[in-house]
Amino acid sequence: MPKTITPFLLTALFLLLTVLLSIAIGSVFISPVEVWQVLTGQAASETSRTIILSIRLPRTALILLAGAALAGSGASYQGLFRNPLADPYLIGVASGAGLGAVFAMSIQWPYSFLGLMAVPLAAFLSGLLTVFLVYWVARVGQTVSTANLILAGTAFSAFATALTSYLMLRSSEELRRAIGWLLGGVSVGGWGAVLALLPYAILGVTMLTLSGHALNLLQFGDDQAQQMGLNVGRAKNVILVAASLTTAAAVAFAGIIGFVGLIVPHIVRMWWGPDYRRLIPLSVLGGAAALLLADVLARIVISPQELPIGVVTALAGAPFFLWVLRRAKNQGYW
Amino acid sequence: MIEIKNLNVHYGARHVLKNISLNVKHGEILALLGPNGSGKSTLIRAISGVVRATGFIQLADCSLAGLSPANRARLAAVVPQTVLLPPVFTVLETVLLGRTPYLNFMGQLSEADREIARCALVKADALPLADRCVGELSGGEQQRVLLARALAQSTPVLLLDEPTAHLDLPHQIGLLELVHRLAHQENLTVLITLHDLNLAARYADRVALIADGEIKAEGSPAQVLSADTISSVYQWPVQVIPHPFQDTLLVLPSTTRG
Repeated sequence: MPKTITPFLLTALFLLLTVLLSIAIGSVFISPVEVWQVLTGQAASETSRTIILSIRLPRTALILLAGAALAGSGASYQGLFRNPLADPYLIGVASGAGLGAVFAMSIQWPYSFLGLMAVPLAAFLSGLLTVFLVYWVARVGQTVSTANLILAGTAFSAFATALTSYLMLRSSEELRRAIGWLLGGVSVGGWGAVLALLPYAILGVTMLTLSGHALNLLQFGDDQAQQMGLNVGRAKNVILVAASLTTAAAVAFAGIIGFVGLIVPHIVRMWWGPDYRRLIPLSVLGGAAALLLADVLARIVISPQELPIGVVTALAGAPFFLWVLRRAKNQGYW
Repeated sequence: MIEIKNLNVHYGARHVLKNISLNVKHGEILALLGPNGSGKSTLIRAISGVVRATGFIQLADCSLAGLSPANRARLAAVVPQTVLLPPVFTVLETVLLGRTPYLNFMGQLSEADREIARCALVKADALPLADRCVGELSGGEQQRVLLARALAQSTPVLLLDEPTAHLDLPHQIGLLELVHRLAHQENLTVLITLHDLNLAARYADRVALIADGEIKAEGSPAQVLSADTISSVYQWPVQVIPHPFQDTLLVLPSTTRG
């Protein structure tokens, strides 16, 4: 039993640590004691209170949800495509979802909460369409080679980004700001964004976490999975929809952040094995922690200015991607 | 036990199986023989429901029409070829997946499921491999793991698709001895596709010869495996002689088509 619990305890502990760091660190440092006082409602300075409750906490919550969503959907795409290099960013879903989000905002800027809730839906539809197209182009028989998947993903990504730029050029001031954020980091937000993201993220992550057994079966290929009793068509659709919903929710409010969905599941797999029933929830926890860590770095590296969080994840993630690509090649994935 | 009537399969415009009718009795091993591309594997894929087929299939008095994949997987288990197994799962994890038709969508296992998987590993001579990764096993060992997984499915019918294709001689014999013993001990109904006519003659209760998607001959090995029938199905001259030491026969292909 300890063998199955320990990874969860360790990852949860890491997540707790990064949450505290994320609340404490920024242009103004707030000591852990003061953080504790504010969170438990004890006496603290008014400035610290305001910074923590209306800036740091919503931002931490948003990054946490986005990291969880991106790593959870990354792990699921990897299982679905039977390819260790699938990542919401690399296969084009993130850019596709970003296009949908910007398109929705360009029609009507979301002033109301309902409007805010509609943005992820548009991102979801556009992300889902992208993943279908990429899969359709990259597929040969039942297998999707790494090269095909990444090439098709890159092409669709470039196309979606170009369309996004086009929308930006003919758009309002607000939208231009929004797109700046979409291309690499969180700077707008507040509790509204967190609350609008929450239901989608919870729904998607729950569906993915429950799909672990189906993903394990799918690793044997469609035929064997069905011969062992899985309704392959239905299971694949559920996972594809859930993963795309989760990615879209993250992209709609936290922007296009690459490589989290690649790095985190990979490390979890190396340390704790390939069983998707554990891989998905551990990636969700680990992804939240990893993105929080990246966000803390983004805040302190060129303080008082901030780096976009996508820059930090790409700086760490791209070399990691190349390393995984080399390993995957040696293991005969392509 | 297995009852097939007027089964047809099309791949696009190609008519791969033409009006196949075939019966396999309870506790019997039927070997399906035929040249490459004759439709042997397609028949197994049709019975297990992964290709669309028209016609009638009944397993253990249950018609397969409209059955869900889980219900089908409670009637027939498939031992596929070992190609493309995910290398990183352990043997035990792989065999436990055989319990899928009895589990919920999340795959929650009970103590009974674990016990059945352990028994299946024992029956397939694979218990010592339980904690090894599938990717580090030899072809023969992998095939025993897949057999154990199929046994863990606890089905009355076992379908084996060229299980000896990638095995060396001792592993071929070992696997077929195992299947033969299990079929009779556990009263399994076995449909197996094979390339080696001599192995089929030795281990099958009955054989069926299939070519161009049609069954050309069916019966006991002695009835079906005659020089004339084999020569015409495989389009290659052969001679058939009685085995000098065993109660079976030997098929000797000629070296030239003359």
